[in-house]
Amino acid sequence: MSSFRIRSNDPIAPSVFRMEVEAPDIAKYRRAGQFVIVHPSGGRERIPLTIADADPVAGTITLVYQVVGRTTAEMALLPAGGDLGDVAGPLGKPTHVENFGTVVCVGGGIGVAPSHPIAQAMKSAGNRVISILGARTADLIIMEREMRLASDDVICVTDDGSYGRKGLVTDALKDLLDDPSAPVNLVVAIGPPVMMKAVSELTRPYGVKTFVSLNTVMIDGTGMCGGCRVTVGGKTKFVCVDGPEFDGHGVDFDGMMRRQRMYSADEKVSYQAFLKEHGCRLEERIRELKRG
Amino acid sequence: MAEKLTPRQRLAIPPVPMREQDPLERRRNIREVPFGYSPEEAMLEASRCLLCRNKPCIEGCPVAVDIPGFIDLVSQGLFNQAAELIRKTNCLPAVCGRVCPQEEQCQAVCTVAKSHKDQAMSVQIGKLERFVADWDREHPVDGDGDRAVKPTGRKVAIIGSGPGGLTAAGDLADAGHEVTIFEALHRTGGVLVYGIPEFRLPKDIVEFEVEGLVRRGVNIVTNVAIGKSKSVDDLFAEGFDAIFIATGAGLPWFKNIPGEDSLGVYSANEYLTRANLMDAYRFGDGSDTPIMRGKTVVTFGGGNVAMDAARTALRLGADESIIVYRRSLAEMPARIEEIHHAQEEGVRFELLQDAVEIVADEAGWVTGVTCQKMALGEPDRSGRPRPVPIPGSEFVMPCSVVICAIGNGANPILTEATPAIETGKWGNIVADPVTGRTSMKGVWAGGDIVRGGATVILAMGDGRRAAESINEYLRTGVW
Ligand SMILES: Cc1cc2nc3c(=O)[nH]c(=O)nc-3n(C[C@H](O)[C@H](O)[C@H](O)COP(=O)(O)OP(=O)(O)OC[C@H]3O[C@@H](n4cnc5c(N)ncnc54)[C@H](O)[C@@H]3O)c2cc1C
Ligand code: FES
Repeated sequence: MSSFRIRSNDPIAPSVFRMEVEAPDIAKYRRAGQFVIVHPSGGRERIPLTIADADPVAGTITLVYQVVGRTTAEMALLPAGGDLGDVAGPLGKPTHVENFGTVVCVGGGIGVAPSHPIAQAMKSAGNRVISILGARTADLIIMEREMRLASDDVICVTDDGSYGRKGLVTDALKDLLDDPSAPVNLVVAIGPPVMMKAVSELTRPYGVKTFVSLNTVMIDGTGMCGGCRVTVGGKTKFVCVDGPEFDGHGVDFDGMMRRQRMYSADEKVSYQAFLKEHGCRLEERIRELKRG
Repeated sequence: MAEKLTPRQRLAIPPVPMREQDPLERRRNIREVPFGYSPEEAMLEASRCLLCRNKPCIEGCPVAVDIPGFIDLVSQGLFNQAAELIRKTNCLPAVCGRVCPQEEQCQAVCTVAKSHKDQAMSVQIGKLERFVADWDREHPVDGDGDRAVKPTGRKVAIIGSGPGGLTAAGDLADAGHEVTIFEALHRTGGVLVYGIPEFRLPKDIVEFEVEGLVRRGVNIVTNVAIGKSKSVDDLFAEGFDAIFIATGAGLPWFKNIPGEDSLGVYSANEYLTRANLMDAYRFGDGSDTPIMRGKTVVTFGGGNVAMDAARTALRLGADESIIVYRRSLAEMPARIEEIHHAQEEGVRFELLQDAVEIVADEAGWVTGVTCQKMALGEPDRSGRPRPVPIPGSEFVMPCSVVICAIGNGANPILTEATPAIETGKWGNIVADPVTGRTSMKGVWAGGDIVRGGATVILAMGDGRRAAESINEYLRTGVW
């Protein structure tokens, strides 16, 4: 049985970690837009994480995750050299990549990580890639260096103006859409559902095709359970096999956000129980950011 | 002693019931319902077999287990030998003894039942099979297991670790091939571990069988979904000489009625996977997987899956678990034993009704199901009477959780990525009914991915026949 050894696992922003894992087959076969299901140990949930980067030569993949609950908190405590448990994948349909012309990749918060391989792929397909990185505040902007390498231009936006432009990603995107000298052919938006919804609403009147990558609750990730279902264009779709990318103009974001809340109470219970036992160690890990 | 009985004496012995957990107790725990036979009970039940000459039961069994042969051994107390005899044609007897629809197969044609003109009087073949398999597991005899086989140097990939894949893997390993099972989930066993609940099929039993395969040299690679993680062509490129696909029927159907995306609506696959594979029944005590524990749970459907879901709901604490089925009890496809068990445990059957809408509150949480009453009409293509809606009969059944157990379609992830494999109208793989060969050279398929939602034993039969055909192909090279 294969084992998924952790090469490194370090904080890159408050509560956000980057993990490099040995997974030679996944590194070899993955394509932009695909994800893995991680199941760190028996008893934990199976969670989908988009592959942020892969090195087929070294046989490693990179995962970027935010500590939001029990499973991700447990991942944060795993040491380099340890074992990530079960990693299934790559799963999901790869991003549809071709030379569209100008592609704007909008990444909100941790959503920058999944945008990264898409920006890379779009760039190698000959597109002009403009990336908009958004976050609440300066230190939550992640992977700016990597995104600069993968893009022709990068615009950073923070809610509080502590870094880059003050405002929302949609403000920056609107300026690009309004610029008659440089038409935008495709927008790829990945981030919190509210952001993806706002971006889709913004691009709709411009008639600009908009892909969004949905991160719903999943179990198997192979189409077997239907727990990941969303309504797109009035039809039920399974995010794990029909997606994760969909036409943002057809997604029922309100329905999706509602379903995301289905287990919030239970998830809180699990997380609180974890914090009670390991909260100090977790804080310690998160504080390593400042020191390192 | 048993052999001295006359047929008349044998016919005079009533069927030996299997002791079970009390319904009111078991509806709140996940332990197995029947306790199993004692050796004495098994021998007494075995002595009911007439050892008749025409042996219709063997023909009734999809894998042709030598039923009178093993029952005769049981009546003499030769339990391990009986197990060995069954295993010649059925490698998962502990599973089949528990989940096969015996009343439609071997027991349906039993001469004893015919003599009594009562199906319920048949020899309890399933219970005996279960006893024998359990005995053999708990009292292993030394020496078997390490049959030395000469390696052929050929490599076979099995895709999917359900009963079809496990059976083929065992046969092919015994033939000396290097066998690797690829499984998308983190655990091995397919529906046997993620679908069928512990109270009906303890997971230890499946684990024991899988460990047996590993001892016989089978490699198991979990977490790989062929068609996504890597392709069938990648497997050939990795040096596999033949591939058997047994990926099951894992794409749940919904009813496509309004309100199905409300909070608290599950497919049976999701509900059972959360409960079984992810241990949600012990949430907060070693498991983080949440599951909605409604006071009233409504399940749509009338098959084994619906019974499993409705009975699981009781074990998760539901006060009331209701099955809504479009036809009447007589048409229910579930095993009779499952229907009985569900009734005993207090599952309420609302028959001749169909859900037309799921109602939810403003925040999206399920509050009830709008049902419509049905009458039975002319038989449809399946031969069962078609349910016909009665206009104006709609009413709301209050509940907080809804489980949709109306069947599964073929999962497309493998076939979409492998256009060389021909599929039928519903996306199922087209395979030769005898050999299991598909339209792609070197690729076989069987089980639910070919048949649609069928049974454990049919999947096993497919695995066995495909293994034979693979052996022949690897020997002769002829496709
Ligand atoms: C709740 C429930 C109760 C049932 N009760 C009974 C019963 O009482 N009696 C009975 O006879 N039958 C019963 N059945 C039906 C029976 O379980 C199935 O007919 C049988 O399991 C089919 O076996 P299989 O080998 O074809 O596939 P499955 O058991 O479905 O196993 C397929 C396996 O393949 C894996 N897989 C799928 N796609 C891929 C891929 N691309 N790559 C790698 N792996 C993949 C899946 O994860 C799964 O583990 C029940 C089914 C369910 C769901
Ligand atoms: S996660 Fe189960 S179907 Fe998508």
